[in-house]
Amino acid sequence: MKLMDIAKVIRSKNAGPRCTTLDIMFASIEDFDRVCASKNLNKKTIAQLYEVPEHEVKEIQYPISMAIKFSIPRKVTAGDPGDKDVYGAQQHARLFNIDIE
Amino acid sequence: MRATGKLIKEFAGKPAYRPLKIVGASGQLGYGIPTPAFQRALEQGPDLIGCDMGSIDIGPYYLGSGQMATARQSTKRDLRKVILGARSLDIPLVIGSAGSAGAKPHLEQTIAIIREIAQEEHLTFTMAVIPGDIPKSIVKRSIAQNEIVGVDGMPPLTLEQLDLTTHLVGQMGMTEFQAALEMDIDILIAGRACDTAIFSALPVMLGFDQGLSIHMAKIIECASLCCTPGGRDSILATLDQDHFILESMAPQRKALPMSIAAHSLYEQNDPFLIIEPEGHVDLHHAKYEQITERSSKISGAKWIAAKKKTIKLEGSSRVGERAVLLCGAADPKFIANQKEILQEVEKIVEELVCEDTPMDYQIFPRVYGINGVTDLPANPTVPDEVFLMIECIAPTLDRASEVVRTMKQYLLHYGYPNRLSTGGNIAFPFTPPEISVGTAYQFNVYHIIDIHGDEAIFKPELIEIKTPSGT
Repeated sequence: MKLMDIAKVIRSKNAGPRCTTLDIMFASIEDFDRVCASKNLNKKTIAQLYEVPEHEVKEIQYPISMAIKFSIPRKVTAGDPGDKDVYGAQQHARLFNIDIE
Repeated sequence: MRATGKLIKEFAGKPAYRPLKIVGASGQLGYGIPTPAFQRALEQGPDLIGCDMGSIDIGPYYLGSGQMATARQSTKRDLRKVILGARSLDIPLVIGSAGSAGAKPHLEQTIAIIREIAQEEHLTFTMAVIPGDIPKSIVKRSIAQNEIVGVDGMPPLTLEQLDLTTHLVGQMGMTEFQAALEMDIDILIAGRACDTAIFSALPVMLGFDQGLSIHMAKIIECASLCCTPGGRDSILATLDQDHFILESMAPQRKALPMSIAAHSLYEQNDPFLIIEPEGHVDLHHAKYEQITERSSKISGAKWIAAKKKTIKLEGSSRVGERAVLLCGAADPKFIANQKEILQEVEKIVEELVCEDTPMDYQIFPRVYGINGVTDLPANPTVPDEVFLMIECIAPTLDRASEVVRTMKQYLLHYGYPNRLSTGGNIAFPFTPPEISVGTAYQFNVYHIIDIHGDEAIFKPELIEIKTPSGT
């Protein structure tokens, strides 16, 4: 199963001009637990997908909203010359196809 | 006595003795405040109306240029709505991050609009204004004493970079708002500010719990965004001694525990933490309980004071002048070879426009359909059509325009290998396809400083607004 088939929300946004934050939310605690238990959604996966060092990826599980959050440094400060997404709202799509066991 | 004076007098010696009703009127003033929900909020007999007017999220242009992000007419419409609402009930109105980025020109434009409204509506009131600008001398001292830290890996701030900053602001917090609210006022307009201070400063003065007040503020500053479904309508918070209750003023929006808690994830990298200049709020023990079909009760936030007060700085500097070329392509051979074609055309252009002038510009081609939005497309396939936006940033607008105009002509006719189409490589949606955008800015300051209790910044100023037939 792909992450896009199990998550209710998959989104990205700036958390300040130097950071992109990725939120993955689920409709049930079972789905949330299943993805948390899966080996395929973790700092290493995020580091590979976004080409950032693994130690710079921050992960927070937020069971109260059945959500998992990853935060990664932006390669370009928001709005700098060459930026492609000033708000960071369209950096989420590559999470869709992560395989979930 | 003015609106804040009345509340301070009422609560004197009786801290948090009755619940306080607070309206989050708009998540960003200037994009329209839906009237039915705002009207319903006024009917609840609120004690305070607040709205946020700006952010750093909108990018460096507005701070750098001094321009507002919202249109003047819609900004005026929204300001009129909240001013008339607050004055009709004689309650305080608090607005933070005035004019989108909260620097001097933004504050001046906001005040000018407010003066116009007061004149047109025959209003008389007392307004406090807190500038958000930080003198460069203070930051120079911080650099000299090595007491300035880049946020999230921002490079160290040099004196040269500081000098290039066109506008430099700091995020003021609750303390500065309280100093202004104590002056017995009706309206408070702050420059760049923590969005939480708008809603939390007054309750804390009246004896309400600081952690709860800030947690409430962090949610209602986005109006009904925390609801299911989320939206822009006004929200009402009822703050009590050990909890607060949230209810959207739009009947179709429900303030439910799940979506309220989830709001802590939005544009934040840690949902358990709200950082303020004076300390932080710990949300690990926050509780969210549904109490009616449409409202929830929230408790458990804990305030932890910092040992020393710090201020987050934001500054923006001019990078150059920006011009863009807009065009599309539908030839599969062109699309398959776009990367090499663009590189070759860039070289040809450079040879031509730098024949008698040094290389003094940067080109950023973005091919929408391939890599316009992300560096690594999720599904790398060759699309049927692409859109190209080729950006040039140069020292002058004339130079940027020269580069993209030349680029247009050579991209149109570049003979790439195996080309079948010799009529032209790109399609223009209209002519001229080159647009002179104007000055490009970048954030060059996003740093935290220790201000050592500096009294010279964030000083509130009083403005008495009087109109001849005002009351």
